[in-house]
Amino acid sequence: MTSEALGTRSPGLTADDGGAGTPDGARPAGGVVPQRRRRRPPVVSQLLLTLALLLFLAPLGWMVLSSLKSAGEIFTTPPELFGESLLFSNYSNALDFLPFGRFMLNTAFVAVTGTVITLVTSALSAYAFARLRFKGRDSLFLVYLGTLMVPQEVVVVPMFLIMNQLGWINTFQALVLPWAFTAFGTFLLRQFFLTIPKELEESARIDGAGHWRILTQIIVPIAAPAFAVLAVFTFITYWNSFLWPLIVTNDVTTTTVPLGLNLFLGQNGQAWNLLMAAATISMAPTALLVLLLQRYLVKGIALSGLGGR
Amino acid sequence: MALTGAVRVTDATGSPQAPAPPRGTKRGDGRAASAFLLPGAIGFVAFTAFPIVASLVMSFFDWPVLGDPSFIGFGNFVELFTTDPVFTTALLNTAVFVLLYVPVNIVVSMGLAVWISPRIVGRRYYRVLFFVPAVTPMVGNAVVFGLLYTPRGLIDSVFQTLFGVSAPNFLGSSAWALPAVVLMSVWQGFGYNLLVFSAALDAVPPSLTEAAAIDGAGPVRQFFSVVLPLMSPSLFFATVLTLISSFQVFVQPYILTGGGPGNSTTTLVMYLYQSGFQNFRLGFASAIAWVLFVIIMVLTAIQFLGQKKWVHYDQ
Repeated sequence: MTSEALGTRSPGLTADDGGAGTPDGARPAGGVVPQRRRRRPPVVSQLLLTLALLLFLAPLGWMVLSSLKSAGEIFTTPPELFGESLLFSNYSNALDFLPFGRFMLNTAFVAVTGTVITLVTSALSAYAFARLRFKGRDSLFLVYLGTLMVPQEVVVVPMFLIMNQLGWINTFQALVLPWAFTAFGTFLLRQFFLTIPKELEESARIDGAGHWRILTQIIVPIAAPAFAVLAVFTFITYWNSFLWPLIVTNDVTTTTVPLGLNLFLGQNGQAWNLLMAAATISMAPTALLVLLLQRYLVKGIALSGLGGR
Repeated sequence: MALTGAVRVTDATGSPQAPAPPRGTKRGDGRAASAFLLPGAIGFVAFTAFPIVASLVMSFFDWPVLGDPSFIGFGNFVELFTTDPVFTTALLNTAVFVLLYVPVNIVVSMGLAVWISPRIVGRRYYRVLFFVPAVTPMVGNAVVFGLLYTPRGLIDSVFQTLFGVSAPNFLGSSAWALPAVVLMSVWQGFGYNLLVFSAALDAVPPSLTEAAAIDGAGPVRQFFSVVLPLMSPSLFFATVLTLISSFQVFVQPYILTGGGPGNSTTTLVMYLYQSGFQNFRLGFASAIAWVLFVIIMVLTAIQFLGQKKWVHYDQ
């Protein structure tokens, strides 16, 4: 059953995902059944839900609106949505105060490098754990698994000493490397690789393909959704990371976006309109990423159970 | 079930798939395995395994940034639990945060997941919009709430307009600061669980609720007697992860209150940061980290033991 599901449903998600792969109610079985009851659209429910959503988004809306006001228009009673004019110059002023362009470049570099390293090393280890037979495989995997439970805070103190020892304070490698080898990626990909039927590799093996070719030409294409999920979440985690950059970075050349915003808050926190412009700049990239990749993300959460944060 | 994350964790310890049939490989793949494992393993040892052990060792030392570390046995732990008032406060604040945050997060995300039913038009967009603050930098989210909470800020202004009185000084009052941090955190974080629960809800076969309805069960009864048991693995998994991450709360109080007023919003991780990287007591900070880790481990273990009573893995 498992193999059939995977074989026919192209690079579907987990073989056992039931209806979770189609989260928007387009399920063939699900939507059809309640024919007689519940036909009328839930107008009131939808309206209230929309109100709840607007209330939920209000803080972000207020951020953007405030970022376009003059300093004197930030605090008014009653609240005003707009000031005299829309001051887009707040954005250039915020960028003049601190180089958020540079911060963004730094963060993008850190996040992309970290994601690539994570994907490559995780794929290799996951293949070994899922497909190769070697002595001590299961106990080694248990060790990997055991470290999943350890909170980041446990390792930051010695990690700081290691970075200090290596002379890596204020370097990109200090921002990237410590978190590129955690067991999570290996675990996620291994679990996915295990759902791929071995028969798919048989013919390639008979044709003399080695492990490298099997991994790159058979497993990786099939596991593309798992890689996509891991990539997006690794990227976002790097982008948003705060505690670690706060510890190993105090120089503009390696400052990341969240750190830059914190810096802005410390130096210019009373200029709320500029601060909100800076916040908008900081939050736009990952917000847009999520809106663009929503389909993948919703599936990915179901796939990996990456919940709970 | 859709969310097999938790199920798989248990699978993973055994060997879910029988060893490959002896046809393809005569002996083990030791050499290939070491080549595939090496790149990841080097990093794993250097940046995960070694620091974990080092952290435990350091927690038994008085370890300044400059100067020589000296072994003090359980000295750091004794200090934490007997003479350090800030640690007790931080522990208590963290506990209050967790006790408020986790249930509210679960109830809100579950409630919305149910509310965004298949009858809602464009439900995918609702889900993803509720999810946005979960992926934007926490510093940004916190800064935005700073503007809402501050005196004369949006909430205060709405209060004055509607009721003619000022709102409480949320971040300046030791009674309000922690609840304010919780509220901001729930707003930011429930989107993850909303997506998890939505996926689980979609995987519940409608025929089962139909059958319950025919037997006379109302919507509430259907939810608690049919739907909830079916999605209990997701609920369990989400609760475990939410609990773990809520113990690690740091950025929200760091940005919103700096731990104040007084120490009323100082959390464990915040105190860890202050001890290690502002007062440079690295051994002491490691000890705090291990207290945190042990708490998380014990609570997770309790949840795993307790799950037999209410989590149903089989259809």
